[in-house]
This record gives sequence, structure tokens and C-alpha cells, in this order.
Amino acid sequence: MQAIFYIIATACYLIGTVGYLIYLMRNRSFIHWLSWSALLLGGLCHGAAIVLQSLHLGHLAVTNSQEALSFFTWILVCTYLIAQLRLNLRILGSFVSPLAFIFMIISSMIQSHVVSNTEIFQSGWVVFHVTALFLANALFALAFCAAVMYLLQERQIKHKQFGYLYRRLPSLDRLDEINFLCLIIGFPLMTAGLLAGFAYASSVWRSPWRWDPKEIFALITWFIYAILFHERLAVGWRGRRAAWLAIFGFSAVLITFLGVNLVLKGHHTLFVM
Amino acid sequence: MVTITLLGMNHRTAPVEIREQLALACHDQDTSLQFHGQIKHVEEIFFLSTCNRVEFLFTTHDRDLGCREVKALLETYLGGTERLTLDPHLYIFQDLDAVQHVFRVAASLDSMIVGEPQILGQLKTAYREATRHRTSGVVLNRLLHKAFSVAKRVRSETQIGSYAVSVSYAAVELARKIFGEIHDKQVLLIGAGEMAELAAEHLLNQGVKKLLVSNRTLERALDLAKRFRATTIPFEHALDALKDVDIVLSSTGSPEPIISYTDVKNRMRERRNRPLFFIDIAVPRDIDPKVNQIDNVYLYDIDDLQGIILLNKAERRKEAERAEHIVTMETLNFQNWLQTLEVFPTIVALRQKTEGIRRAQLEKTFSQLPHLDERTRQAIEVLTESIVNKVLHDPIIFLKKKAQRNSKQLFVDFTQQLFDLSNHSPPAEGSSLDSLED
Repeated sequence: MQAIFYIIATACYLIGTVGYLIYLMRNRSFIHWLSWSALLLGGLCHGAAIVLQSLHLGHLAVTNSQEALSFFTWILVCTYLIAQLRLNLRILGSFVSPLAFIFMIISSMIQSHVVSNTEIFQSGWVVFHVTALFLANALFALAFCAAVMYLLQERQIKHKQFGYLYRRLPSLDRLDEINFLCLIIGFPLMTAGLLAGFAYASSVWRSPWRWDPKEIFALITWFIYAILFHERLAVGWRGRRAAWLAIFGFSAVLITFLGVNLVLKGHHTLFVM
Repeated sequence: MVTITLLGMNHRTAPVEIREQLALACHDQDTSLQFHGQIKHVEEIFFLSTCNRVEFLFTTHDRDLGCREVKALLETYLGGTERLTLDPHLYIFQDLDAVQHVFRVAASLDSMIVGEPQILGQLKTAYREATRHRTSGVVLNRLLHKAFSVAKRVRSETQIGSYAVSVSYAAVELARKIFGEIHDKQVLLIGAGEMAELAAEHLLNQGVKKLLVSNRTLERALDLAKRFRATTIPFEHALDALKDVDIVLSSTGSPEPIISYTDVKNRMRERRNRPLFFIDIAVPRDIDPKVNQIDNVYLYDIDDLQGIILLNKAERRKEAERAEHIVTMETLNFQNWLQTLEVFPTIVALRQKTEGIRRAQLEKTFSQLPHLDERTRQAIEVLTESIVNKVLHDPIIFLKKKAQRNSKQLFVDFTQQLFDLSNHSPPAEGSSLDSLED
């Protein structure tokens, strides 16, 4: 049953992505509406699949790389759907939906190993730790997309060479604002998620810090966003530099999240393998 | 046979002196439409007058007489003596050419600045006048409503209206792409050149609330401040304003740059890196070109802006071609409808004849059956009506379909003979055409 939902969700994400790419080329409201609805339908099916899988496993289905990436994709889609309602920046979808679709495809290609249910996963701490971090990462993904859009637009205005995208992309101020908004919500969430992880680790393994590669990379990522957070609030960083740092930060997120899972070993990967 | 004619002049065919004279004269009379009654050979008439065009659109059964009457109407306004100078500036379009011209005007393809949006509003106002004076009928109503929808289609399917083609517009468009909303932004105007003033005025029109003016001669600065309801700042302190303002318009006669790289660089931290947009219209330039290298600072000089305008003009030409295509298609669609006008008298005659028969037969029946109550009578009435309508439905559809063929006259004649419609009086013009809409 889950498999069917996964396939429907992937198909919907594909339709949404194609729709949004067409929307990038042709500014028609109904194309946006269709694409958004496709993502919504995909999100619903995906959510159903995750719920079924979690019920089947007896804990939140995030314990192997495939499930984790799929869960992250789902959070990203949900975040975008809500952000679209709040911000009404349609063109953002043309950048977010391909990202979501790519993650979904990667997730389906990863070899999955069923991890036996242990008591470690049963705690509410794990749910909070994972959800808060994934939500933060989803916001950083939105910030990443806004940053890419910012750099594209800024380049055109600065170099006085205007391509097709100049007309389709919003103002620099708007993009920077979205970047800031994602950071201001995402960073506290990330901090809270990490703290929950440390707290839970110290109760399970009697030590909050075990030089696990994932922990090290997570801390590096946290520092990147901490710098961005500080510079934006205290010094008034904005624009190009802030955009580059948002891109840099999201790359670190990806390394922490995917690179470590797939390449290195540690206690996070202990159950991932 | 009704024909559609358009007679008028625009910015291409007539010099401004003549256009304004005519527009003025026509406005003086409140509206020329009031004189509809004086022109005997014109059935429907619509009058449009803007600063770039004066046009009469009318339908007539006698083309030559109609044109002569409308021209005479024009001449009476201009006092007769103008006749000799008027004719070479007039253009006359007929039937499909007239339809196409109206569509092009509505879509702003015939405007002096192609794509400008005002013309549609002017057209709608003029149409409202025509309906108020009841000078438009079935044909013009249909034509103008179609023109509005063509204009809407062109606007939504092409980008014809979205290219800035003057320095002021280009500057405001850029400001929008940098700041998004500009109404809460501050503008500093340094020096005073005609173009900079125009740009400042345009920014104010677009909602900018706060304007600062700085000029070497205080008198001129006060002058400008009064005109734009702005604040003045001493020329020597203009640079200090850089930490607050968002847009700087500069056009002084200074031989050397007045704003240097370090002037701006040093103030960016104080501004907390809020974007700063310089528009340098002066030649020689007032602002060091290196300023553009600073993060969050954007500098455009007059050549940059002209470059954008040039590009936009090329883009707009491309969009205009797409718009012309839409207009041509819609004109052809309209032709189909126009052609049904020719079979229409026959359809009306057919309906009238059957209706006459129905009424006569009903009366006969009712007089023989006096005991029928009201409900039964009504039921019989409805029954007969629906039988007649159902029988006529197919022949009418057939005729309308054939109306688009060249051989339509054959079918019209055939129908007339088949139903013996020849001795039937032709329908009165105005009322009969009303039901053509369906």
C-alpha cells in the first residue's frame, strides 16, 4: 500500500515540477494553480505513505537513509505549500519543486535496509529532534532557492544585461526578505533540534558528544548559520553576501544529511546501514 | 446591405494643430453623437476623440452618402473653411478593414506609444457615451464589445505593455526590481536637468513620498522644492544624505564626478547595507562608475538606461507582431458573424411568417372552443410555440451555416421560394436585428 502511495506522490511531484518549469516560461495563473495542486496532492499521498510506514514499523519512519530523505522531501513540500500561501511568491515553486523531485528520486534509489525496531526510536525526543531539524533544513532549502534567485537577479541588474528571467523574478528586496525570514525561523528550530539530540544522546549513551561524523558536520553547519544569523542581525549583512552564505549553509546541510549517511559511519549511520 | 465604415485621422496622418482643433470642436458640442439625427444615411455611429486621434465609426446602407454626411458633420464643426486642409489627413476604412482598425486601436497597436494602456479606457468611455445617446446598435455593440475582449486578450497573451521605453519609466522599473515597493523610499535629486526632473516627477507619480532636492544655486533648489513639495538640503551636505536616501538622481553640470567610490563605500555600513540606487543622467557623469562595484549599490548612467530602452523597443516590436496576429484572427472571426447579417432578413421573414400562421390558427381554434380555461389556453399557446420553434430550428441553423459561403444567395433565394417569403414585408431594421445575438 505504501509503495503505491509513494509512486503516486512521486508522479505528482514530477507533474508539479514540470508544471512549475512551464510556469517559469509562461506566466499563466492556471499553470501555477495546477502545479501547486499537483504538489498538494503529492504531499497528501506522501504523508499517507509515511504514516502507513510508521505504523508498520512502530516508530517514525526516518531510521534509514531512504526513509529519512523521503521524510525530508515531504517536509520540504509541506513547507513550500504553506510558504506559497503566506508569501504568494509563485515563481519560488519553479526552484523548489525540482529540488523536491530530485530528493524524491534519490530517496527511491537508495538501497533500503529494514532496521529492527528498538526502544531507542520510541522516544518523543527522537520525533522532536528529527522533525525540528528537518523543518529547519526545509526552511534552509527555501532560503537556498531564494538565494539562487537573488544571485541570478542581482547579476542581471549589476551587469546591466537582462535576460528572460529578469522579468519573471521578483525584486531583490523581496528575495532577501524571504531569505531572512527562512533564517530567522530556521535557525532557532535547528538549535532546538540539535539540543534535543544532545539531550537524548546523553540519556541513551550517557554522553552528549561522541565524535560521530554526523555530529561534527551538524555542528559545522550550525556555525555557518550562526554566523549568518549574527551578521544579518548585528552588522546588517544582506544581499549578495547573505545569499552566498545561505547557499554555502545549505550545501553543508546536504553534506551532513546525505554525505555522512551514505559515506561515513557513526552511530547515526549505525542504524542507517 | 449594411456596411461598416471608419473615418478619421490620427497622429500619423494629421499634424497636431488639426487634431486638436477637431478634438476641441467636437468636445465643445458636448458630443457629436447628439447630432446623430441630422445624418440621415447613417444608422449607427460611434465617436472617439483622444489627443492622438479623432475617429467616426458608423454603419450605413449607402456608403458614399454616409461618408459625405459624416464629413459634412466634421466640417460644420470646423467652420467650413477647413475643408481643403482636412481631406488629405483623413483615412477611410471599410468593412473588415474598419473592424481590424478598431481592434488595432483597442489593442494599442495604433497608438503613438505602442502598448500604452490608456486607449482602452478612452474607448470604453466613448462607447458609454454612444450607448447613452443610443447611437450604437447591434453591429457596433457587437464590434466594440469584441474590440474590448481583443484588447484584453492581447494584454494577457503578449507582453506588449510591459516594456519601459522612456528614461523615466526605465528608471522606475529598475527601482521596482531593486526595492519592490518604492512608496516608502526616499529620493535625492542633485542638480536640475530636464530629464532628471521628469524622472523625479515620474517617481513621485509612482508613489514615492519623500523627495530631497539639492542644487548649487539655492534659488533653483527652492524652485524645485516648491514644485515637487520637497525638502531642500545644502549642496555641500548632499553627500551626508546618502546614509538615508534610497534613490539618487543626479544631473549637475559639474565637469568632475561629485560622488566618489569612497564617499559611498564609507557610508554603506552606516546604512546597514540597505540597497542604494544611483541614476546618473549627467554628461559628463556625476558619479564615479566604480561605485557600481560596491555590494548592494546599483549605478545606472544615461547610456545604460538608453540601452535598456533600445532593447525594450526591440522586444516590444516582437510582441506587437504577436498582437497583430491575434487581431487578424479575431477580425476573421468577426467576419463570420458579419456574414450572418446577410441571411438574417430571410430568417426574420421566416419567423414572422410562421408566427403569423400560428397566431391566426390559434385564434380560430380558441374562438371555436370558448369554454377553455386560462391554464389550458396557456398550455396550448406554449405547445404551438414550441412546435414552431422546433420545426424552424434546423432550417435557421442551416442558413446561418451557409452564410459563410459564397453561395449563400442561392440558399437565401431557395428558402424564400420554398416558404414563399417574397410577398412578405421585410422586417423593420432596428428591432429585428436584436435577436441576432443568440
